[in-house]
Amino acid sequence: MIEMLNYPFMQRALIAAVLTGLIAPAIGIYIVQRRLSLLGDGLGHVAIAGVGLALMTGSAPIPVAVVVSVLGAVLVEILRQRGKATGDVGLAILFYGGLAGGVLMSGIAGAGAGALSQYLFGSLTTVTGGDLALIAVLAVVVLVPTLGLAPQLFAVCSDEEFARVLGLKVRLYNVMVVVLAAITVTLAMRTVGLLLVSALMVVPVAAAQNLVRGFYATLICAMVVGVAVSVGGAAGSFYANTAPGALIVVLAIGVFMLSAAFSVLLARRRTVAPVLPELITDDTIEAPHVAAEEHPHTHVAGCGHPAVQHGDHTDFIHQGHRHAPHADHYDEH
Amino acid sequence: MHIVSAHDVSVELGGLPVLRGINLSLGRGEAVALLGGNGSGKSTLVRSLLGLIPAQRGSIELFGTSLSSFSQWSKVGYVPQRSTGGLSGAKVKEVVASGRLAHRRPFLPASAADRRAVSDALAAVGLSDRAGSEMTHLSGGQQQRVLVARALASTPELLVLDEPTAGVDLEHQQLLAAVLSQLLRSGTSVLVVLHEVGALAGLVNRAVVLREGRVVHDGALSEVVTGHPHHGHEIDEPAHRLGFLNGTVER
Repeated sequence: MIEMLNYPFMQRALIAAVLTGLIAPAIGIYIVQRRLSLLGDGLGHVAIAGVGLALMTGSAPIPVAVVVSVLGAVLVEILRQRGKATGDVGLAILFYGGLAGGVLMSGIAGAGAGALSQYLFGSLTTVTGGDLALIAVLAVVVLVPTLGLAPQLFAVCSDEEFARVLGLKVRLYNVMVVVLAAITVTLAMRTVGLLLVSALMVVPVAAAQNLVRGFYATLICAMVVGVAVSVGGAAGSFYANTAPGALIVVLAIGVFMLSAAFSVLLARRRTVAPVLPELITDDTIEAPHVAAEEHPHTHVAGCGHPAVQHGDHTDFIHQGHRHAPHADHYDEH
Repeated sequence: MHIVSAHDVSVELGGLPVLRGINLSLGRGEAVALLGGNGSGKSTLVRSLLGLIPAQRGSIELFGTSLSSFSQWSKVGYVPQRSTGGLSGAKVKEVVASGRLAHRRPFLPASAADRRAVSDALAAVGLSDRAGSEMTHLSGGQQQRVLVARALASTPELLVLDEPTAGVDLEHQQLLAAVLSQLLRSGTSVLVVLHEVGALAGLVNRAVVLREGRVVHDGALSEVVTGHPHHGHEIDEPAHRLGFLNGTVER
């Protein structure tokens, strides 16, 4: 660990990893909430076109990729808001067009598809001082709104109609989410890589949802998981001499699997609570005549509602209370 | 000044007319029930009154201001039809707190007044003890009450509810009726879409009945309710029970 820190390129890589691990889940939680988990993947493909363009024109890859993927993100959001992207076909054309365009342009630049590989899967040695400064600025650009506007973004991403009646500028917030996602994708291309960055936006959030309760706790927990797997993956790939993106994502999925096992154990503990046995043994209670609410369902043996012997008749347990058949309706017992 | 005032409002969805020349007004402290069968345009009407669906024709005013320039959203509380999919991982308290956002400024933390409004709203619907629970761990009736509390957190002067009693048992309907009558006493105006009047019958001042996108009744609730010995004021199936309003019967 200490030896690794002696290399300046590794110091830069680890700082980039920490920043990526912080911001990818911070924007990812809103993407997950809006059920657009694969958006990051699509934006990664668009960013490839940006890298290709940079190689072709001989400019710095990160700024060009940021501009191209932000434009792609805004286009995707406009298509979505106009209801034109429902069939996913428009999105697919945009995304695969990005990938194909990137490979084509890097070929024209004489670099070949191989030159793209460091951007697709991450490359620790290529983070320059200038890159790091840009990454740090962009990280602040992403973190300030994702944390500072968390209540507003939560409202917009969880219930868009309600957010509009709150007077929130829903369209603006939606565009903001995809633009910040696009920035995150390009920022992460040196650490996780464009093809795997989406995993770092989604998997830590999914793991955090298994571990803690509530939106804000999930946000913080996902960022902690994101930083841990990014730093772990970057450090591990230094020793294993692999592309960092793969190890970061494998670690994230490992954490997710552990968290899933943890949540199953937790759920099992909760469901042991003895609710039904009390109901079943209790058949001495006076049954006043209270008609159940409007009841289109007909209870029969095996209808899915547990049947319980109650004195001389059978009750059916229905959403926590007991229904007894009586003439053309059900009584509450 | 009317709290809500709609004049000659027409709405088309997907090229089909859903609302045809609706006139509707709601005064301060008034409780109006919006009734009608499935597809009569009830939800479309409240959604267009709140600016969620554009009206092709007519004018809508909230608190005397044209909807297009209306900005005092902190005065409006909205309880949409129950759909809590996007809220599943959130805590009850977080959901209710989001109802307070019209009072808050971006980037600033919640004030003491904001926090008090949230805990008051939770207390009003009897869910103070579930503040820390996740939405997915609540029953359907409890989730509905959370959505009501979310609207109350904004301490609204106008509360719009879209079928708040659908799929909610009688006990919880009565609890909602108690919450609403408390609000009405404090001067809040209530516009509530109902498929059946149920436990809310006692607090409704006026009933507006829609059929095929037109207002076919605007007056006392008792004039639309047909008596039924077992159900009192309830309208179980407007499409069947309101014979004179039923298009299929007329045809």
